[in-house]
Amino acid sequence: MKAIWIYEKKLQYPVRVSKCDPKLAKMLIEQYGGADGELSAALRYLNQRYSIPDKVIGLLTDIGTEEFAHLEMIATMVYKLTKDATPDQLRAAGLADHYVNHGHALFYHDAAGNPWTATYIQAKGDPIADLYEDIAAEEKARATYQWIIDNTDDPDIVDSLRFLREREVVHSLRFREAVEILKEYNSTKKLF
Amino acid sequence: MSTVEKTPSQWRVYRSYHSPFDPCSPRTRYFNVPPNVLQPFQTSARKQFAPHEALRKGTLWPEYYSPYPPETRGGEAE
Repeated sequence: MKAIWIYEKKLQYPVRVSKCDPKLAKMLIEQYGGADGELSAALRYLNQRYSIPDKVIGLLTDIGTEEFAHLEMIATMVYKLTKDATPDQLRAAGLADHYVNHGHALFYHDAAGNPWTATYIQAKGDPIADLYEDIAAEEKARATYQWIIDNTDDPDIVDSLRFLREREVVHSLRFREAVEILKEYNSTKKLF
Repeated sequence: MSTVEKTPSQWRVYRSYHSPFDPCSPRTRYFNVPPNVLQPFQTSARKQFAPHEALRKGTLWPEYYSPYPPETRGGEAE
């Protein structure tokens, strides 16, 4: 039971930012260090995987790993939107509180500035409880992407965010399938 | 806002009570029912997107593709 990554130095999907809009960075940070963000997702799945039945460990490993790829994409968007902004521009974008603590660095907090906390995630050690949490997390992340897309007219950012939103749809599907697999698991066990 | 007939199948429309004393004009509400909810288990022999299109869309399967913003929502062009 170990996670092995082969790191390719490129993003899962291209990130292009065509509009100078530091305000959007403040909203995107929700998916970076927010409760339903990509960091929460990655850490949740890559931790639950140890105690889940064998048949679905691989799924949690795959999806947890992909969440880190999404985290990189969000980080790239935030970085591109803020790296050249002056303190004045950051203040106008509502990012003065961020700037006094972190300068131009990224940090794991949500759009309202709440720092990331492990209380956002759970590992109950009950496979159904854990998978249902994972399904809920994917649907919440999907909704978050919708609300972010509603808040920008940058077509390049929207293109990347649409991709990320679709991946939430696919991940939710696969967690739902995992639940079905676990139902089967029980019935085959009874036959033996 | 009044025409809702063209709502695509992945969207549901609902309204909530609007009082004559409410300060803002009413808004039609929508929520998304993505394909994973309607068909939570993949079946075999499904249609596929061409590889390049699949990479762009984020899924290989047209039936699990969920566009956002939707092309039409409540009959309005988005």
